[in-house]
Formats: sequence, structure tokens, C-alpha cells
Amino acid sequence: MTFTLPPGLALKKVDERIMTLNVGPQHPGSGHMRIIVQIDGDYIVACDPDPGYVHRGEEKMAEYRNYITNIPHLERPVIHDSCNVLYPYVLGAEELLGIEVPERAKYVRVIASELNRCIYIMYWLAIYGIFLGHSTMFMWPAGDRELLIDLMEKMTGARVTHAHFVPGGVRNDLPPNFEDVCLRQVNYFEKRIKEYAAVFYDNPILISRTKDTGILSRQDAIRYGTTGSVLRASGVDYDLRVKEPYDVYDELDVHTNVMKEGDSYARSRVPWLDMMESCNIIRQALQKMPKSGSVRVKLKPNPKTKGLESVYKRVESGRGSLGCYIVSDAKPEPYRVKMSVPSFRNLIALPNLLRGEKLGNMPSVYWSLNYWPVEADR
Amino acid sequence: MSVIAPNFKLSEFIKSLLDNIFWIILLLVLIGIPAVMMVLFFIEMPVIDGELLTPFLALTWLADPSRILPVIKAFMATDIFRVMAFPGFGFAALLAAGTIFVERKMLAKLQLRVGPFYCGKFEGILQLMGDGLKLISKEIIIPAKADKPIFWAAPVLFVAAAAAFVAFIPVAPGWVVADVEMGLLGVFAVIGFFPIITILSAWSANSKFPFIGGIRALFQMVSFEIPLILSLLGVVMLTGSLNLSQIAASQSSFPWIVFLPVGAIVFFITMLAELERIPFDLPEAESEIVAGWLTELSGMMYGLVQLGTYLKLYAFAALFVVIFLGGWNGPMVVPPFPPELLEGIELGPVVAGPFPGLPLFDQAMLNGTLWFVLKTVAVIFFILLPRGVFPRIRVDMLLNLGWTKLIGLAFVNIFIALGLLYAGVLGPGGLQ
Repeated sequence: MTFTLPPGLALKKVDERIMTLNVGPQHPGSGHMRIIVQIDGDYIVACDPDPGYVHRGEEKMAEYRNYITNIPHLERPVIHDSCNVLYPYVLGAEELLGIEVPERAKYVRVIASELNRCIYIMYWLAIYGIFLGHSTMFMWPAGDRELLIDLMEKMTGARVTHAHFVPGGVRNDLPPNFEDVCLRQVNYFEKRIKEYAAVFYDNPILISRTKDTGILSRQDAIRYGTTGSVLRASGVDYDLRVKEPYDVYDELDVHTNVMKEGDSYARSRVPWLDMMESCNIIRQALQKMPKSGSVRVKLKPNPKTKGLESVYKRVESGRGSLGCYIVSDAKPEPYRVKMSVPSFRNLIALPNLLRGEKLGNMPSVYWSLNYWPVEADR
Repeated sequence: MSVIAPNFKLSEFIKSLLDNIFWIILLLVLIGIPAVMMVLFFIEMPVIDGELLTPFLALTWLADPSRILPVIKAFMATDIFRVMAFPGFGFAALLAAGTIFVERKMLAKLQLRVGPFYCGKFEGILQLMGDGLKLISKEIIIPAKADKPIFWAAPVLFVAAAAAFVAFIPVAPGWVVADVEMGLLGVFAVIGFFPIITILSAWSANSKFPFIGGIRALFQMVSFEIPLILSLLGVVMLTGSLNLSQIAASQSSFPWIVFLPVGAIVFFITMLAELERIPFDLPEAESEIVAGWLTELSGMMYGLVQLGTYLKLYAFAALFVVIFLGGWNGPMVVPPFPPELLEGIELGPVVAGPFPGLPLFDQAMLNGTLWFVLKTVAVIFFILLPRGVFPRIRVDMLLNLGWTKLIGLAFVNIFIALGLLYAGVLGPGGLQ
């Protein structure tokens, strides 16, 4: 009996020396995707990332729900970064519906989004640690994340999927005494993540393993369209919070962390520096935030847009620039919602980074791309 | 009627239990006891204190301590006790099981969590038993295209090789399973078996990830065996013997680590690599090759390999203690056996004793075992510690380390030993 596989799945036998490895979808080092790796001895000769195992049709679902009920499911692609995933959609919906957001709500959004960025990066860092066989670096971020998750729970009522941002502001005002608790927790959190340098980032074995592996040059980083920490680790000074400030980021002093090396180590270090920057932003926002006032504009039950129009908004998420394109046709539901996600764009660099690398470098290079499989498939 | 098992009936369950008990008793009476009696008639029974031991006499042991103690002492002098219980498998397995528990708790404390916590009321002390029961109860799945006899045999061979390694370790003066003149050479021979067993298991699984893991293990073990052997040569030169008991006895005044620290460091690093522990756990690197050469092993086959791994860990730590840290030598801390017990104690009108056969263990043996266990536990602690601190290294870095740096350092160690020998500081006519 003979059968032929679809062209994308057919694995060619090029040479007797070359072995094809299916890393994933059931593999401790792949996430919800498959990387088809061809190796010659210990060297990777070709690599074919195969995402799409967790496609859930979020964009199509958004066409059947109105602007408010879209919120809880559009944050599902990255539940650890749910505020940032929702941010461009909410900004776009506000522009379409013509809503002016109160000043205090903007600050609350910035605080929530920076806290969420830290929560996401801690999760990412935990997995980066265990990919390198460093189990302490898995447990420490996973535990210290709890500090910020508790803060988000106080703020929004939910530990992970917050559904906090709505067109017109945020769902609830901050609880009493939140500013003090937040400042204390964030200060402790910053002290804690600085200790990671001793056990992880300055570890000689880690440095010798990740330095000069998977180098993405500045030109290539721009040419492939990578964003976020991958782009900044390749020496491009690009951060949407500075370049295209949204909400109140133009009133805050945001520093962009850039590293020139473009290797796996730089890509793992930039998010860690970003977390400290987030702590700075949170402290500034807490100081400048109006102490009282409304945080939400009341909307009509089924708000409608004016006519056929479209809007594209993007924000800097934990992984890079995350855009949302909304087309409306004067109905309660959007005509089309398209999310332009950073994960998928960063993944494009993977085959070129892995070609010629050793098999032992595959997990560190793959995960240093700040790739989140669920977001890429959405 | 329960939802989980709708056809369950208590009466039938009890009946089935009773049936089982009935058949067990019937088979025992009809076959088991006659077989035991036949064996007892034909084997030669030992003579204890001028009295021939018979099966009927054996029943009186339960009541009379003056009879049971000589029997226990006679049993402890047998080879089977040495192989199975004290310096051999049982003792090593106990320490290995303790190692697994300590490793999990220690790593948990390092990582700000609690580790095993619920099983066994106090700090999860029965967790290991639970894990063992789980592994035994799991189904063993063999890959369809595996080479089944070799695949089955590999875990058993692994434990057997680890147990053979344990047999060479002298725990206390005179307490060693195999006291061979070429003991250290025997150890090297046994260590040489591990890569063969690993590659057999990996190849017979007929799967890609175990194959890569097996090749990595082969690379790692073969390239680190050379510095391992070279690093121990310095001690052999200074002692003039390959017998492990004599090497341990030669360190009564000072351990060799004082004079040969380079060799000790090289041996420790190669030991980590031979044991496939972090940072050298490439053959089991889960983010690259799932579980390496253990990927296709399931159920108790995996459990056996884990048992063998920890037996090997104990044996390597014990070898380090015997060769570099002085083995059983240490200040006498165990008090002498109370002489009243030998003569009998007056308890009011009654005199208890004297108990023939006491003391079961002499003072030197208890003291030696105590020091040996203390040193071994300390070495095991340092073997476990890197797991919480280091990430895994890469194959090319590993081979570079083994072939260039460690072999060079091992030769430096040999030259230090030669210098000490020719300068007359140590060896014949030297300090000892």
C-alpha cells in the first residue's frame, strides 16, 4: 500500500547522514508547535517551524460579537500578557466609537500594562531557564511572578485573564490603598530580579552557552520584520512606547534597552532589562496619576460606529509591537478584526538562526526569539 | 451502586479475596512446606556453640536471646549477608534512597518551595515509596520495532553493573564484599560497562531521541574515563597498591586530598560527568532530546535505571571518600561496648545474661562506618549542589573540557605525586 503525504509534510531523504527530527508538538522543548529539524551529526542543516496547532479562530469570532463582548476572548491568545494583547483593540474601538478616555484611566492602563509585561516576561524567563536545564531559574521567576499577580488580582479581580480594559477606560477603579501596596511590591520585585544576575545572567556556563549563538544581524533583524526584544537585542533602538506613544507614555520617561550583539544571550537579557524599566515606569505613573476622578466613560448597551471606516492601532507588548486592525460598518459588531502579532514575525527568523547551529543550541535560540505559539496561531 | 464501578458487589469482592487466601494456603501446605522440609533435610545445618542447628531448634530462637544472638552473628559472617545487606546492595540502596529524598528537599529549599510535602505526614518522607509504587503499577510499553531482548535486559544490566561497582567499596576495616588485590582495576572495568549498556539500551529502542542520547552518553563516558583513570594514578603511586582497603588504610594519619588536591578536583568533575548530573546531563537533556536514552523506557524499567543511577552515585561518592578522604579513618567517637552486658546485669534478684554473641559489631567497625557514612553524605551533597546552580553545557564544550583541560590537569597531578615520591616526602621511608 502506498500513500503520499501532502507536500508540506513530506520529509525528503536527502542523504544517509541526515536525520530528521520532529521536535514537537509533543516534546518538552517545543511548546504548542512543531519544529522539523534536519541534523547532520550534531549540526542542524535545515529547520522548518510548523506552527498552527492552536489556531482557535479568534479573529473570526470577533466578527460575531459586539465591541464589548469581544474583550474576554480577544485576550486569550496570550493570557499572561492579557492587558497588552487587548490594548490595541481597545484603543481602536475607542477611536471608532469616538470616546475620550479620562486621564486617571489612562494611568491605570499604563500601570496594568506594565505589570502585565513583567508577568509575561517572568513566565517567559522561567521557560528559558528550564530550556537551558537550569531548574532554579524555572522556580524563582515562577514564584516571584506571584507578587505581581497578586497586585493584578487586587486591581482587576482575576489572576490571569483580567479583561480589565474596556472601550472608555478600565472596568473598575483601583482598590483603596492600592498605590502604597503597588509601590512596595514593585520595589521588592525589582530587588528580587536584580538577584537573578548572580545565579543566571552572570553564570559562566550560561554565558559560554548562549554567547555567539544564533546571531541575528541588525540588517537581518530589520529585513525579517522582527520586533520587540529581538529587534532591540540586534542593536535597533525601536520601542513603540517612545516612538509612537499611546495613552500617557509621552508624559513618562521611558528608556529603551538596546544591546548590539544580536545573539541568544542579548535576546535573553533585553527582556530582563525591560522588566526593570517597567518598574521605573510604574513608579512614575503612580506618582503622576490623578488621585481621584472617573476611570470609565459610560457607554450605551450596544454601541455602534458611525459608518464604514477602519483603524489600525499598535502597542508595545511583552514580545514586541502588537497591532490590531478593525474595520467597522455601522453595526454593533466589527466587520473585521485583524491582529498583527509579534510572535509570528519573530518566528520568521528561526530557520536562518538555526541553520549551522548545534542541536544543543536549538532550545535557547528558539525560546530567545520571544515566541509565544498560541499568539502566533490565535 | 457506585458510579465508578457499577458492577461492584461487596460480597463478591470478599468472596474473591477468600478464594485467593484459600488457594494460597492450600498450595503452601501441599507444595511449599514439603519443599522447604526437603531442602532442610538435605542441606548441611551449621553448628553453633557446639550444638547442631535443626529446624526444631530454630523455633526456640524467638524466645531465647542467648540462642538468637550467635545465630545472627553467624549469619553476619556469611557472604550472603555481605552481598545483600551491609556493605553491599541493601546498605547502598538505603543511602541511594536517602539521596533521592535529600536531593528533592534540598533543591526545593534552594528554589524557595517545599518539595515533597504531603505523603507520610512529616515533610513528605514517604514520597519515595509512593513514587516506587506508582512506577511498579504503570504499564511497561515496548516500542513495536525495538530489539526486545536487549531492550528488556538493559535496565537489569544497568542495576547489576551499579551493584557490582558497590561491591568493591570497603566501608569499614574488613567490611567489604569483594576484597580483591586489583580492586581499583576492577572498578575501572565495571565503569567501562556503563557506556556499553547505555548504547545497547539506546540502540535497541529503535527510536531517534534515545539514539542521539545514547551517542551523547557514549561520547561523554568514554572521553571522561581517561581523566578519571589518570586522576587516580597519583594515589596508586603513593600507596603502592591497587587494593581499595589498603588505600583506605594508608590514610590513617592524613587523607590524600591534602597532597593531591588537583587529582581530587579532576576526579570530582569527571565523576559528575560519568554520573550524567547537571551540568553534564546532556544525555538526558529534556529540552533537546526529550529524556535522552531513557525516552522509551517506561514503568519499572525506568525505575530500575533510576535505582542504578543513584547506586552509581553512591558508589562514586564512596570511591571518592575511600581514595581521597581517608575512607573509614577518623577520630574514635563511638564509646566502647559496656562490659556489664558481657557478664550479665543484676536486675534485683535476677541476673540477666550473660549474652553469648555480644557485641554484634566491634567498636572499630561502628566508628569506621560512622565516619565513612558522614564523609559519603558530605560528598553526595556536593554532587547534588550544582543542579540548583548551573545550566547544562553543550557537547562540544564538554568534549573540549574532557580531552584538553582535565587530561592535562590529571598529568599535573601525576607529576605532583612523582615529585612527592622521589623527594621522599611520602611513600616508603616518608611521612608514613
